[in-house]
Amino acid sequence: MRNHDALPGADDITRVVLPNGIVVLVRENYNARSAVLAGSLNAGSLYESPERAGLASFLASALLRGTRSRDFATIHEMLESNGASLSISGGRHTAGFGGKSLAEDLPMLLDLLADALRNPALPGDQVERLRGQIVTGIKIHEQDTRYVAGHIFRQLVYPPEHPYSRQTDGQIETITAITRDDLLDFHQRHYGPRGMLLVVVGAVDTASVIEWVEDRFGDWNNPDQPGTPDLPDVPAPHSVRAQTRIMSGKSQADIVLGFPGPSRLADDWQAANLANSILGVFGMYGRIGAEVREKRGLAYYSFSRLDGGLGPGSWRVVAGVNPENVDQAVGAIVAELERITGTLVTDEELADNKANFIGRLPLQLESNEGVAASILTMERYGLGLDYLREYAGIIQAVTADEILAAAQRYLDPKAYALAVAGPELPAGDAPAQVGERGD
Amino acid sequence: MVDRAGPVTKHILDNGLVVLLKEVHTAPVVSWWVLYRVGSRNERTGQTGMSHWVEHMMFKGTDRFPAGALDKAIDREGGMWNAQTSFDYTAYYETMPAGRIQLALEAEADRMMNARFDPDEVESERTVIISERQGSENSPTFWLYEETRAAAFRVHPYHHQIIGDMADLQTMTRDELYAHYRTYYVPNNAIAVAVGDFETNEMLARIEALYGGIPAGSPVPPVTRAEPPQQGERRVRVEREGNASYVYAAYRAPEATHPDWFKLTLLDSMLAGASAPGSSLGNRTSRLYKALVETELATGVGGGLYPSVDPYLFSIVVTARDGRTLEEVQGALDAEIERIVMEGVTQPELDKARKQARALFAYGTESISGQAFWLAFSENFSSYRWYENYLEHLEAVTLEDVHAAARQYLRPSQRTVGWFVPISDGEGENHAQP
Repeated sequence: MRNHDALPGADDITRVVLPNGIVVLVRENYNARSAVLAGSLNAGSLYESPERAGLASFLASALLRGTRSRDFATIHEMLESNGASLSISGGRHTAGFGGKSLAEDLPMLLDLLADALRNPALPGDQVERLRGQIVTGIKIHEQDTRYVAGHIFRQLVYPPEHPYSRQTDGQIETITAITRDDLLDFHQRHYGPRGMLLVVVGAVDTASVIEWVEDRFGDWNNPDQPGTPDLPDVPAPHSVRAQTRIMSGKSQADIVLGFPGPSRLADDWQAANLANSILGVFGMYGRIGAEVREKRGLAYYSFSRLDGGLGPGSWRVVAGVNPENVDQAVGAIVAELERITGTLVTDEELADNKANFIGRLPLQLESNEGVAASILTMERYGLGLDYLREYAGIIQAVTADEILAAAQRYLDPKAYALAVAGPELPAGDAPAQVGERGD
Repeated sequence: MVDRAGPVTKHILDNGLVVLLKEVHTAPVVSWWVLYRVGSRNERTGQTGMSHWVEHMMFKGTDRFPAGALDKAIDREGGMWNAQTSFDYTAYYETMPAGRIQLALEAEADRMMNARFDPDEVESERTVIISERQGSENSPTFWLYEETRAAAFRVHPYHHQIIGDMADLQTMTRDELYAHYRTYYVPNNAIAVAVGDFETNEMLARIEALYGGIPAGSPVPPVTRAEPPQQGERRVRVEREGNASYVYAAYRAPEATHPDWFKLTLLDSMLAGASAPGSSLGNRTSRLYKALVETELATGVGGGLYPSVDPYLFSIVVTARDGRTLEEVQGALDAEIERIVMEGVTQPELDKARKQARALFAYGTESISGQAFWLAFSENFSSYRWYENYLEHLEAVTLEDVHAAARQYLRPSQRTVGWFVPISDGEGENHAQP
């Protein structure tokens, strides 16, 4: 039996590439009764046109609503009567899927996954039902200050021709315009084995899992699958770009302030990640949390987030504050950006944050879901299956100089995108003044 | 499956602290919980939100660990910590790599007695908490839940939100908060739980060394304001800015220790989808999904039965589909409820609900933090055995039991119905700055 302290690595993760390109990764874990699966295909919103914004996500949500041999009721009865779950959802670069069942029901879960990905029927009545749900969902989002601020921020930070400037769930006008043929066409073009990743973790035998996957996916081919589209450049902001959305009936204002950030593949990813942790994560939201929430009591939440991912995901600070405090909170955030881009982090901060990155692995890897997510990350970004075991060394090697350089490369306290959504700001805190800040 | 979990052992220290320990050696992790038997249920008018605010102040430092010191220390060790305030309890937890759990044991022992409640920190936290409430107020359903609960409970303190009323958040004083802390944060009003990769005798010795010397307090004041019987249906309309309409139907439900609770939780599963300790499943084969979502009246429906100390509510929330009226949705909901009351449920439905519960329970026991939570949580309203025997309780429920529970609890006269009626706020304006 494996020592329970052991991190997953190349000697206990099996990786098989099927002839059609699907990469299958399996790790056995008999400490729990469940099995989880996770994975992705190259069929995210990147591949849709602006006029059809939301198409990739719409399709992903429609796949489990009926296949050529199983209707909606049959699919969900199979899942729910066994206490299993399966979902497919559209992301930016990929369509992702995830499922969980008792270990003995994994073959059923793989059956449904293969059927949904390969043979969706997209029944007209189900498509219309789903369309209504998406439209209602968007309308609910439009009342959500956090969502609205996030959406405006994307439009400010990414050029309009860049797919990152759009929300993956689309807009009411585009969702309304999408036809069943659009869905079928997108499926035909983009769903296929090339680039597909499939991870299974749980109380299951590796050889059996690989055989089951080969049975269900081995003969899948789609020679027309296009490659990844080139993304337009994302210039860093040259000045402060600010926009405020007044929403009546709201009590709190949500703020998003940020920049285009590094992709997960960037050389300075770990340096940027540590800079972000020091800025707005570590020890209950880092320097930002200490300044905005703890010292000044301005906000219930205030932290920073670094997206990473396959492209230039954003690096942003978010906060929820009383409308009277928007100005003060933005000022405090900008001051912290000046500090992180102006001076080296302290030895203590560096040591603390490195200890946190390395020390939290046991908690992250406690569950099958956590292990599956880590394996997926290692595969997607080409980190190698021994990455978790090499991780401590990688983190320890990052220097304070590298952190400063990464912060200076991506963050600029004089030129950022700022989105605010909330109730009317009190006099003296008008949007025009918000825009002048930092000039 | 490899059996790497031991039984739960229960210990009561001389000062009254209840300690539950369970060894689980599946991962090098330990979760440590200290739960106090105090929540919004213990708050009187003028003090609403006090338990939650006290929870915030517990993170604002002691002499030994000044504000922020533990945030950093726990992150440095690769652990996580947090707290939650509910109707019936306030709980604090740390989940740590197994070798680092001593810090958590020391931190909770320290703040059981020594939280500072520095007046400046209280004032700074006042704006944070008001901001937390304002963040919730941005959500239309927050208003719906608040108004409907207030209508459902006229006397019992379940009538107010855990966050508290704005009037109280603006006026509560440091001394009131501190008195609340000193009254309820005593070992004889607390339950401590460790689950994970440790050895029981050694862990118990450590706990006794740190907690055994904390003096017991006076017995805490009882909650005396029982809700009187409901005399007919109550209706609430919330009219606010919004884009979606909601129906919230809240039926009177028994406390978690009542034998009918398990019948109702199975009924909930069949009506609105399975949920069980630790997790929930999709609900697309549930009766209400078929009646409301498949008919395109609604875009979503959910149900909930909370295991509470005092009788609470069985809730159904429906999001109306854009273009549908609340009257249509309410009509279809009522018809489906009437059908289950008149006809009962079928054996396959009951079997499915039980199988779902077994699967969810198995998933729930895979997380060390999740197990520790459920032991502390169930010990508060009943006994940890309530959780351990959860599946046996469900097995004992018959078809006729479920039907009888539907007839008894799903009566219109015993419910409060809230409608969220959106009013248009125009299109909103954008203010761009080049």
